[in-house]
Amino acid sequence: MAFSFFGGVHPKENKWYAEEQRTLGFPEPDILVIPMSQHIGAPCQPLVKKGDTVTMGQKIGDNQGLCVPVHAPVSGKVKAVEMRPHSSGMTQMSVVIENDHKGTLCPDIHPRTPEEVAALSKEDLMAIIREAGIVGMGGATFPTHVKLSSGMGKVDTIIVNVSECEPYIVADDRLCQEFPDEMLSGLQIIMKILDQKAAVVAMEDNKEAAAKAIRAAIDPKTGIRLEILPAKYPQGAEKQLIYAVTGREVPSGGLPAAVGCAVFNAATCKAIHDAVYEGMPLIRRIVTVSGDIVMIPRNLLVPIGTSFDDLLEAAGRGGVPYKVLSGGPMMGVAQFDLSVPVTKGTNAVTILGQKNRYAVSHPHCIRCGKCMDACPMHLMPVKMYEAATSGNVEEMKSYDMLDCIECGCCAYTCPATIPLVQAFRAGKQRIRDAQPPRK
Amino acid sequence: MAEPIKQMKNPKYFYELTISSSPHAHSPVTTQVIMRDVLIALLPALIGSVCFFGFRALMVTLVSAAACVFFEWGYRKIMKKDSTVYDLSAVVTGVLLAYVCPVTIPYWMIIIGDFFAIVLVKQLFGGIGKNFVNPALAARAFLFSWPVVMSTWVKPGFENAAGIFSTADAVTAATPLAAMHAGSLEGVSLLELMVGNVGGCLGETSAVLLLIGGAYLVIRKVITPRIPLAFIGTVAVIGLLFPQGNDRITWMLASVCSGGVMLGAIFMATDYVTSPITKAGQIIFGIGCGVITMVIRYFGAYNEGVSYAILVMNACVVLLDKVGRPRKFGAPKKEAAKK
Repeated sequence: MAFSFFGGVHPKENKWYAEEQRTLGFPEPDILVIPMSQHIGAPCQPLVKKGDTVTMGQKIGDNQGLCVPVHAPVSGKVKAVEMRPHSSGMTQMSVVIENDHKGTLCPDIHPRTPEEVAALSKEDLMAIIREAGIVGMGGATFPTHVKLSSGMGKVDTIIVNVSECEPYIVADDRLCQEFPDEMLSGLQIIMKILDQKAAVVAMEDNKEAAAKAIRAAIDPKTGIRLEILPAKYPQGAEKQLIYAVTGREVPSGGLPAAVGCAVFNAATCKAIHDAVYEGMPLIRRIVTVSGDIVMIPRNLLVPIGTSFDDLLEAAGRGGVPYKVLSGGPMMGVAQFDLSVPVTKGTNAVTILGQKNRYAVSHPHCIRCGKCMDACPMHLMPVKMYEAATSGNVEEMKSYDMLDCIECGCCAYTCPATIPLVQAFRAGKQRIRDAQPPRK
Repeated sequence: MAEPIKQMKNPKYFYELTISSSPHAHSPVTTQVIMRDVLIALLPALIGSVCFFGFRALMVTLVSAAACVFFEWGYRKIMKKDSTVYDLSAVVTGVLLAYVCPVTIPYWMIIIGDFFAIVLVKQLFGGIGKNFVNPALAARAFLFSWPVVMSTWVKPGFENAAGIFSTADAVTAATPLAAMHAGSLEGVSLLELMVGNVGGCLGETSAVLLLIGGAYLVIRKVITPRIPLAFIGTVAVIGLLFPQGNDRITWMLASVCSGGVMLGAIFMATDYVTSPITKAGQIIFGIGCGVITMVIRYFGAYNEGVSYAILVMNACVVLLDKVGRPRKFGAPKKEAAKK
C-alpha cells in the first residue's frame, strides 16, 4: 500500500533528454583527480605519494573511524597529491593520477563464485563492502557498511530507492533497465546481512521501462517486490520515501532505523554486487549528463575522478551555459570551476542554458502560504524566513529550522522568488554556531 | 602549487558560470501571474456589473485601478524604493475597491479611497505583503465618512443605468439586504438575487458570476476553497437556523447570495496577505467571518457586515496562525498538541 507524503512539488521532469540514452563507456581521460573525501565522515589519508605507480582498483586512501577507502580508478602514475577543487565548492586533498591507458588490474582483485559468496558470513560481507569503498550513491554518500551495521537487528523493511525525483536525472532509471540482475543480487546481499526475507524496490510511475525490466528480473522466491509510487518531488528524500512506502514517520532528528527501515540507492546495490562477486571496488559510476543546452544528453559509465569538462566534451554544448550543476536542478550544487571531478555521489551533471535565468525583481513575500503547502516536512518556511532575516536564533529554532531538508520545494514554488533555501542554510549555520561546542 | 585549471589553459572552455544556492529551477507561477489570475477571475463580475448598472461601472473600476497604480508607483518613487507596480497587486486593490462601492460614487471620492488603500493601509506598513488589513475593505470603511453616497443604490437595468459623467439621473432603490434587515425578502426573486440583477455595490451583486471567478481561482490553485467554504457555509448555517422571515431555505439562500458575502468570501477573505496561512487557521478565519457577518446583519444598525467581519478577522490572523501551526513531520503527536 503506497501512501502519498504531504507537500512536495512537481517540477517539469525533463527526463526525456537522456531517458532513451543507453549507458555508454567513456574514453578514459588522461588525468583523473580523486578526492580523499567522497563520503560523510573522516577524510581518507593518502596512501600513495607523487611518482608512485598505481593499478586499477588499488587502494590509494584510507583512514580510521567513520570512513571508507578510495581506490585508483585506472592504472598509471601518481602525478601529484595536493589540494584540488571539489564539486562541493571547497578544495579537497586529492590524488592526481596520470592514466597510462593500460588498465592494469590490481592483483588483489579476485572474482568470487556464487558458492564462495554463499559461504561468506555477514561480517565478511560487511568488511568487503567497507573495503570496496561503498557509500550511498544517491548523493548523501553515507558509508554503507555503517548503515548496515547500525541497522542490524532493528530493520524490518528494506527499501531500494529508485524514485529519482529530480528533473533531468535518469542514471538510476538506466541502471535498472540495463543491470537489473546485478542490482537485485546486490539487494539480496543486503537482505542477507540484515536478516530480511523481503524488500521493496520503490520506483516512481514515470519510469515504465525500468519497472518492466525490474519486474522481469525479480525472482518471486526472493521476496522482493516492486512498488510504484506516483511521481512527486522529493520522493527520493529518505524520510518521504519511507513514509510513502510504509506510512511510518521517521522521528525528528532520528535515523530511518528508528522506524525499522533502511533505504539503499539502486546504484549502491549494484556496487555491492560488483564488490562481492567481481571483487571490484567502487571506481566507476553512471552519470547522467543532461540539460536543456546539451547537444547529446548521455548516460556515461565514467571512472571516478573524471572532470566535468570531459563530460561536457562528451555531451557537446548547444549554447552558452548559465549554470553547471553537480546533481539536478532542485538540489544540485552550482559549479564555478569545471575541472572538478566526478565523485561517488555525483549522479548527474546538469547544464542549464541562459533561459533558466530568472530575475528576483520583487522579492516581497505576499504570504500566499504556497511554501507551506509544498513543504514535505510540514514546516512554515514563511515564518522561518522571517526568523532567518531577523537573525534571531531562538526564533529560528522555534520554527524548527533544523528539520529543514533543503529540498527546495518552498523556493521552487515561491511566487516572489525569494531565495528561501539559501536563507535557511545560512540560518542553520547560525544556529549551529550559537550552540555551545560539544564536550 | 596547483596546476593552472583547465579553463585557463583552453580558452574555449571558459564560460561565465553563475553560482547560487539550490534550487535552480523555479515554478512559472510568480506574484504577477497570481494577480493576473485574480483579475481574470474578477472579470465575469465586471461584465455582469456593466450589464446591470451600465457603462459607468466599467469607468469607476478603471479609474480606481489606474489611481491605485499611480499612487503605488508615486509612493515607491518618492520613497526611493523598488517599483512594485508590475506585480499587479495595486490593480487588484483598485478593482476590489471599485467592486465594494456603489456605481454612483463620484470619481474624486473613489480616488480618495484609492489613496487611503494604497498609501495609508498598504505602503505605510511596508508595501505588498506587510499590510495587516485588506486595503480595499479598509478604504471602503473609510469612505463611509460619506455615508449617504456610500449607501445610495441604483436600480439595476439599462434603462436606469447611471450616465458616465453624471450621477443625477440615477433612480435609487432599496437593496435586498435592506429588505432583509427590515424583516423579510420582498420584491426580489431568488433567481434575480443569484444572477445579480439587484441593487447593491458595483461588483458584489452577482453570486453566479463571482462563483465562476472563484472556481477559476480554485482550479488555477490560486486559492484553496477552505476560507470561502467556511465563510459561506457559516452564513448558510446561521441563516438556516435563525431565519428572520420567509421560509428557512429561501432565507438561507438569500443570506448567502445577498450583500457582499460572495465577493467577500471568494476575493476579500482569501487575500493572501491578510488571511491565515495555516489550514486550521484558515477554517477558523472563515467561520469567524461568517459569524460576525451574521451578527452584524441581525443586530447591527447597518444592514451589511461582510466588510467589517473581514476587517475584524484580519486583526486576528497572527493569533490564528499560532493556533493552526501544523505538526511537523516526525514530531510526536502529543508534542504538537502541547504547542
